[in-house]
Amino acid sequence: MLAALKSAVEKTGRYFAFVGEVVASGFRKPVRVLRYVEEIEHIGVNSVPVIFLSGLAIGMIFALQMVSLLQPFQAEIGTGAAVAVALAREFSPIITTLMLIAKNGSAMAAELGTMKVTEQIDALESMSVSPVQYLVLPRVVASVITFPCLTMLSNIVGVLGSYIISTTLYGIDAASYSSYMFNVLKPIDIYIGLVKSSIMGFMVSTICCWYGLGVSQGAKGVGDGATKAVVLSSVSILLGDYIMGSIVMMKIFQ
Amino acid sequence: MTPIIRIRNLRKSFGTKHVLCGVNLDIMEKSITAIIGQSGTGKSVLFRSIMRMIEPDAGEVWFHDTDLARLPRDEMLRIRSKFGYSFQNAALFDSMSVAENIAFPLREVVGIKNNKEIRKRVEKLLDWIELPGIGKMHPDELSGGMRKRVGIARSLAMEPEILLFDEPTTGLDPVLAETIHALVQRVNRELGITCILITHNIPGAFAISDRIAFLDLGEIVAEGDPKEITRSNHPLVREFLVQSFRELDV
Repeated sequence: MLAALKSAVEKTGRYFAFVGEVVASGFRKPVRVLRYVEEIEHIGVNSVPVIFLSGLAIGMIFALQMVSLLQPFQAEIGTGAAVAVALAREFSPIITTLMLIAKNGSAMAAELGTMKVTEQIDALESMSVSPVQYLVLPRVVASVITFPCLTMLSNIVGVLGSYIISTTLYGIDAASYSSYMFNVLKPIDIYIGLVKSSIMGFMVSTICCWYGLGVSQGAKGVGDGATKAVVLSSVSILLGDYIMGSIVMMKIFQ
Repeated sequence: MTPIIRIRNLRKSFGTKHVLCGVNLDIMEKSITAIIGQSGTGKSVLFRSIMRMIEPDAGEVWFHDTDLARLPRDEMLRIRSKFGYSFQNAALFDSMSVAENIAFPLREVVGIKNNKEIRKRVEKLLDWIELPGIGKMHPDELSGGMRKRVGIARSLAMEPEILLFDEPTTGLDPVLAETIHALVQRVNRELGITCILITHNIPGAFAISDRIAFLDLGEIVAEGDPKEITRSNHPLVREFLVQSFRELDV
């Protein structure tokens, strides 16, 4: 028990040292603009279809549930507002991040893990090229930039999905629906979600890259590393979201 | 010949396992030195300690007049570009083509920005390793021998003073192994690069090396030119050589 606790503390310490190295590498030359563009395309642009579909589905499902809950009180006009606020503050950042962990987080860990076991990371080091600066930093920067962009996309298509379900399936008046939604939804709701998703992007990318670079023991190690990266980053963003949500509720909405 | 590298009392342990226990070795400039020994005696750790890819616990590694073991990290990164490292499995970047692999150190280490100049140098290196026209292929399309030669070309792109070969013939048939040995000799004789190789191919090492060092349990127990090593009285060296040459006779 004590040994497990000691190991967990050591691992956490090593992770934070790694995060420090990633941040420090951002202030060192050279700046490889092309590497950032490549990762933004890979993590962000290539994820648009997945986020579009998941955001649309979440908005539609949420609308179905909200209308059925609010209809007995004849308050179904509030569906749009409820969906928009919930999506902006909580559901879009969380769902988008979980989708991106599944699509990109596991790939980050597996790619770096494979490079580690095939000595490609050592090859970079032997050429005086820092693997953290060349491989990790562009992924972290791309995640910090693209996660909020994709969260915004998820917000928009989620609200659109909710609008389609509410107005076509349940016959809610479109003008009243939109007017009520825009009255209730404040820019701060959107900003909070975007800041959260940017922080989550940082957490996910550093955790997944850290596990990737820590891989050993061949193909099995790569599989184990990718699995651990996905599990730990998923749990971390949920816990992180709760902590960030609590702070926001206490400081901003109280 | 003057030594380009002088290793003094180099030590490295992993936990309670002592891998290098006070290595002393001189590498002569523009020579070929083979480091031989049983598996797990610390040969790869010695290579990585020389280049500070792992930090030695104690000892000195003099490169010309600079002790690499005590250099600040930034300075070490600058000096490391004078070393090339040819990995056992070539360690080519599998997301890049052969040409991009060779172009990588030209861009990142040598600092060439002109694409035309990079292309010219890549083609010249591919011609030099006698694999012209494979620039567009990917590493997974190459045979083991071709991968190793491309790995050597990538190391040469850095214009190193010293090239370290980690088991360059492992996994190759005798004909291909001969080709790689001939390439190591060409690197040394035509380009004037000091070559150090770790190898289990004892006949090959004796055929191409100017000096041979025998590493056992983290220490150099015999060192000299091939003739001196064959006359060594160290029991393990004798047994190792007898076994290696007996396999060849069979």
